[in-house]
Amino acid sequence: MSTEILHGHAEVVSEAHGEHHEGHHHEESFISKYVFSMDHKMIARQFLITGIIWAIIGGLFSVLFRLQLGYPDMSLPFLEDIFGRWAQGGRITPEFYYALVTMHGTILVFFVLTAGLSGTFANLLIPLQVGARDMASPFLNMLSYWFFFLASVIMFASLFIQTGPAAGGWTIYPPLSALGQASDGSKLGMDFWLISMAMFIVSSLLGGLNYITTILNMRTRGMSMTRLPLTIWAIFFTAVLGVLSFPVLLSGAILLLFDRNLGTSFYLSDIVVKGEILPNEGGSAILFQHLFWFLGHPEVYIILLPAMGMVSEVLSVNSRKPIFGYLAMVGSLFAIAILAFLVWAHHMFVTGLNPFLGAFFVLLTLLIAIPSAIKVFNWLTTLWRGNIRFTPAMLFAIGFVSLFISGGLTGIFLGNSTLDIHLHDTYFVVAHFHIVMGVASFFGMFAGVYHWFPKLYSRYLNNTMAYIHFWITLAGAYLIFWPMHYEGLAGMPRRYVDYSSWESFKMFADLNRFISTVAMIVFAAQLMFVFNFFYSIFKGRRLRTENPWGSNTLEWTTPIHPGHGNWPGEIPEVHRWPYDYGKDGREFIPQTEPIGKDESAHH
Amino acid sequence: MSTAQAQVQTKWWGGGKSPFNLEYGKVMMWYFLMSDAFTFGAFLISYGTIRFSQNYWPDPNKVFNAFPLMGHANLPLAFVSLMTFILIVSSVTMVLAVHAGHNMDKKGVVKWMAWTIVGGIAFLACQAWEWTHLITGEHAVLIDGKIQEIGTTVSRNPWGSEILGLEHGEHHVTKTGPVAFGGYFFGITGFHGFHVFSGVIINIIMLLMATNDVFERKGHYLMIEKAGLYWHFVDLVWVFVFLCFYLI
Repeated sequence: MSTEILHGHAEVVSEAHGEHHEGHHHEESFISKYVFSMDHKMIARQFLITGIIWAIIGGLFSVLFRLQLGYPDMSLPFLEDIFGRWAQGGRITPEFYYALVTMHGTILVFFVLTAGLSGTFANLLIPLQVGARDMASPFLNMLSYWFFFLASVIMFASLFIQTGPAAGGWTIYPPLSALGQASDGSKLGMDFWLISMAMFIVSSLLGGLNYITTILNMRTRGMSMTRLPLTIWAIFFTAVLGVLSFPVLLSGAILLLFDRNLGTSFYLSDIVVKGEILPNEGGSAILFQHLFWFLGHPEVYIILLPAMGMVSEVLSVNSRKPIFGYLAMVGSLFAIAILAFLVWAHHMFVTGLNPFLGAFFVLLTLLIAIPSAIKVFNWLTTLWRGNIRFTPAMLFAIGFVSLFISGGLTGIFLGNSTLDIHLHDTYFVVAHFHIVMGVASFFGMFAGVYHWFPKLYSRYLNNTMAYIHFWITLAGAYLIFWPMHYEGLAGMPRRYVDYSSWESFKMFADLNRFISTVAMIVFAAQLMFVFNFFYSIFKGRRLRTENPWGSNTLEWTTPIHPGHGNWPGEIPEVHRWPYDYGKDGREFIPQTEPIGKDESAHH
Repeated sequence: MSTAQAQVQTKWWGGGKSPFNLEYGKVMMWYFLMSDAFTFGAFLISYGTIRFSQNYWPDPNKVFNAFPLMGHANLPLAFVSLMTFILIVSSVTMVLAVHAGHNMDKKGVVKWMAWTIVGGIAFLACQAWEWTHLITGEHAVLIDGKIQEIGTTVSRNPWGSEILGLEHGEHHVTKTGPVAFGGYFFGITGFHGFHVFSGVIINIIMLLMATNDVFERKGHYLMIEKAGLYWHFVDLVWVFVFLCFYLI
């Protein structure tokens, strides 16, 4: 790309962004600084804290239903005191159980691991790491957060509806979700769910458009695509996935809203509920599954890719070694992004899908193992003979690799349509996706929070609590989900409220109690992390140096308290890729340093 | 100074002028349209899936044969052709508005934007008429052994196959048709109409900004170009909607 071509539009772009050219000098009001802020760093904090609040709620829900699963004959009066008729006699009612499971999935998949994860780190890292004053459109970026907030308010409100929130599983399959008379959870709560998700999709779209545009158009001088840190590459592909897959869920949700409220028959046909024959005809429930999983599968990678990107960065920085196979890392991210769109029907192997079609989805699904394995080997070879610093972020990054391997291997089982006849809808599936996308992504997120907390709040998190947090969470993740594989292989189905009267599975009572106990301990450890987080914002050890981790990337060239505009003077120019660690006897060489005369060739 | 001068040193794009070498808002609009195309794509694919799972589908030449003020004259697809023509002409006037913007010709921009808005409103008016005609135009249908007169709605469809030998007044009596017809027709044309409506609103805002010299002060009419991208996209989507509901 030559310079004069770029100059053709340069005045237009600079005109649009002139106001951010210098660090901000004008006084901002509380509202414009903390509430309706257009500073990407503040929006990142807003996403992170909203995500943390949602994670506490979603995690608490899992504790409640694990209580039921571990102690099916319990009678805890305090539950009835809090939840009233939802926990009559101190036991969680089946309706409550389904509502808890549904909201646990919805909250953690969308509100925590999509908005909380991408929203936080895309906003924080894109302008800082590509060298821009702010996002391409700070205003749309602000709207992105506030649409997310609106979605959050609606979803939160749905928890307090008399008939309860949506309770048909986070995948909200019709006809259950389409017919209010089918269950309490399919009444008003379902409409709230759909409207909330529509707002969420708008938020994700506004965010995604900004992320892509900023990465492609607003890089600083010298920051070619191949000099981008892998975090940015990962966020880029995440945003592309979001922009192309969420609209399909929007279509599916709109049609479902019509089926619920306007009497259409998109998903409904030949249904009898409680003896009443419904007039709907000609619709297809499987159609919804296609529309849902066309989003649903890319969604898995929307959750996972940012974690992968941050893990790559944290591993390289703390191994004091260049990332192994930079271009292979980018290529495998690309391959995963493409394949993400071609495998959705592996969620539907036993739904009535043509087995001939299933064969292709098996092939495409198993192909994902290739880029995934490339990434794993690159992470391991990055660690190999590294000068490793076991910071909390580094531990979580290594934990991510461990969990990704463990959870990825069971994916090979589930990607096989024949094995899936036995394994579908069992605890094997629950164990698989919790490890590989749930816990692993949380580990990536924790790695990011521990690593970039000094950039977010100019203080460090407490290390002692961080190490306790890591070890309990890692051990807990395996202790919770490993046994579930056995239960699943034995055929124990998911989504049942009580297994104690079931001859085939009542032998798992002790195991279930064990899992529930660990789940509560792990939840307590997360609360400790939350305490650490908020305590350290105000009382943590102060950051005294601009570049605490000895890192090459641009965000560590900003002041300790960066203003809106990030760099007080000119935006730094970039001269090299971000992974020159341990090169020519130097521990690290920042991206802003020009290539020396006698420097050895680029890796 | 500009942040747009990224990647001067490496030739990531070796093929001459880079397609990404655009003002950021325009790039963003393109990505949005790509996303929106997936929304419409999902709708149309759903429609195709359901339609081809049915044994019978109404003949558009029979359903859409009315024209305002023409009584019961049989004019298959005449009205929708007019609608399509109006929308395409409004795209032409939009092109002229963008062109005038390139030449910093404020009067031209105002004139052609006004015509584009007129075209958009005319299209919406046509759609309103067509919807009303379908919903209120009742046809004799045999339901549960009784002849009833029903219009086309999201849950009822009078356009089933004709029952030979059964007449009601001067018209053939039909069976009920697939209800998915109304659901998808009103759902998708409604969603498209919603896009046209928001496009008209955007165009009105652009017109007001142009008359208030906002773009003169900015020194360029790029906003008109971005609104134009959206408008052409809405037009293009209509071509597919037209194809799927009226022609096939």
